[in-house]
Amino acid sequence: MDFTLDKKHEMARTLFKEFAETEVKPLAQETDETEVFPRETVTKMQKAGFMGIPIPKEYGGQGCDPLTYVMCVEELSKVCGTTGVIVSAHTSLCCDPILTYGTEEQKQKFLVPLAKGEKLGAFALTEPGAGTDAQGAQTKAVEDGDEWVLNGTKCFITNGKEADIYIIFAVTDIIEGKRGPQKRFSAFIVEKGTPGFSFGTKEKKMGIRGSATYELIFEDCRIPKDNLLGTRGKGFGMAMHTLDGGRIGIAAQALGIGEGALQCAIDFVKERKQFGRPISAFQNTQFQLADMATRMQAAQFMVYRAAEAKATQKVYSVEAAEAKLFAAEAAMAVTTKAVQLHGGYGYTREYDVERMMRDAKITEIYEGTSEVQRMVISGALLK
Amino acid sequence: MKIVVCIKQVPDTAGGVQFNPDGTLNRAAMLTIMNPDDKAGLEAALRIKDADPDNVEVTALTMGLPKADDVLREAMAMGADKGVLITDRVLGGADTWATSSTIAAGLRNIDYDLIITGRQAIDGDTAQVGPQIAEHLGLPVISYAEDIKLEDGYVTVKRQYEDRYHMLKAKLPCLITALAELNEPRYMSPGGIFDAYDEKEVTVWGRNDLKDLDDANIGLAGSPTKIAKASDKVRKGAGETVNLDPKESVDYIMGKLLEKHVI
Repeated sequence: MDFTLDKKHEMARTLFKEFAETEVKPLAQETDETEVFPRETVTKMQKAGFMGIPIPKEYGGQGCDPLTYVMCVEELSKVCGTTGVIVSAHTSLCCDPILTYGTEEQKQKFLVPLAKGEKLGAFALTEPGAGTDAQGAQTKAVEDGDEWVLNGTKCFITNGKEADIYIIFAVTDIIEGKRGPQKRFSAFIVEKGTPGFSFGTKEKKMGIRGSATYELIFEDCRIPKDNLLGTRGKGFGMAMHTLDGGRIGIAAQALGIGEGALQCAIDFVKERKQFGRPISAFQNTQFQLADMATRMQAAQFMVYRAAEAKATQKVYSVEAAEAKLFAAEAAMAVTTKAVQLHGGYGYTREYDVERMMRDAKITEIYEGTSEVQRMVISGALLK
Repeated sequence: MKIVVCIKQVPDTAGGVQFNPDGTLNRAAMLTIMNPDDKAGLEAALRIKDADPDNVEVTALTMGLPKADDVLREAMAMGADKGVLITDRVLGGADTWATSSTIAAGLRNIDYDLIITGRQAIDGDTAQVGPQIAEHLGLPVISYAEDIKLEDGYVTVKRQYEDRYHMLKAKLPCLITALAELNEPRYMSPGGIFDAYDEKEVTVWGRNDLKDLDDANIGLAGSPTKIAKASDKVRKGAGETVNLDPKESVDYIMGKLLEKHVI
């Protein structure tokens, strides 16, 4: 068992860190303040090859492993949680399911431009009445000749409106099960601009405010039959498997946010003087920092282990759930402590830790709340 | 079209500078980066390759410690096809003369149409190695390149010159020294990093792989430059900002100058 990174991963981290510091950090505060999607940064990330890191080269990607991708989301999130989730939702929730379940034609048509970053991707499962209880979803897809007709509403969709390609889950069949009628879902690839597909309200959020979160509306939206992704009726399992990967991305985002806040706190306590000395000279500060660093180090090990599991195992639900649960709760705790160490300044929007604390909160909620992660983990223990 | 870009691993000035007892830099102890002028030279070569990827080959070449392998991997992660590392204990401590003699000998082992070097390295700031290599190899040299255009076996270079510029045309093969202002170098790509370690190769040459090279012209012993003393730059104080009207400012400054016995 080796906990050190090899040279190529070290070099990749150098790249991501340099990019984050140079291109992303200067815009982080403004992105939060204005709630404007950082389109220019996305264009730069496209040029830098960040939009298809774990996708094979033959499909327009970089041909790297999940660990490299995770390190990219981590380094971006250290300076800007918004930028981290744009890459994560695009890669884990849109590129990955097309790579896993798509036909060769679908991969050529949709995955190649996504992995090259020419197009942006999104994933839509959640509905107003169906969050953790995804089975409660109402959006329907009905076969009509050579087309599928979609009707329904999706909500809280990351990269909404900004994305060009959407993975949409809809009910296609109802079968009689032992406990009565059961919904069967299917997944579809829907392009922005398809008649009948429109965007509803933009969410006003607590954190990751530059990330575009929209409602998607389907009104007799007709898509070609070829846009069915994977097997009809198997959509629910596909969504869950996709979210296993997505959770590793969000765990990496949480990891980055926590690490970013820890660094801000270290820098601040060395500068800030009270009672004639820097507050870093007080044992309370030192012990707080020690606890924060230990937690983030543990989170990093768990996130990297989950990335390794995705690379080497067919099923990695538990590793992903554990990594997300731990990293998200660590990020929330560490950002909160970072604000506390900043005192009154930490409560102002002048200092990055205020934004980081708001950004951290979402990592405990989206792509499966911490409670869902506990269900996944305990379910595996008790089966 | 074969382009060789000579690059150097230099101390990252953000990381502090350390010296050996003989006054040369202790390179092993410092954080390093690719010299900025060299990086611009590499970018220029990669842009030529971008325009004709199947017919242009870019080789990055460096002389240094074994750990200079890192800077070649970085060049390959940006898009260079190959790397060449010239490293040998007997080559250590070289000044510009010994360095250019050694690199020229390395270049004699390679086919090239165009050689690009940086104008100067941020550690030595001599701007001598590039032109010296050209002299050793009998090539035309165009220094201080701000813009490079290639056509029909000729290169046209916009050369920076104090308050104006020169437009110079030379027949290939030739050597160009590049300015950091030439362009904005690209980032490495994640896939490029994987290729640099998994697919591409660095050729390593020691003293014995280099032909037509006199032992009198290599290493510290073959270096006519003798360093009397070297030290890190003394850091200036933080300075003082005074907000006064012009007359008061003049009085204030005169007072300070008198106080320090400057006048």
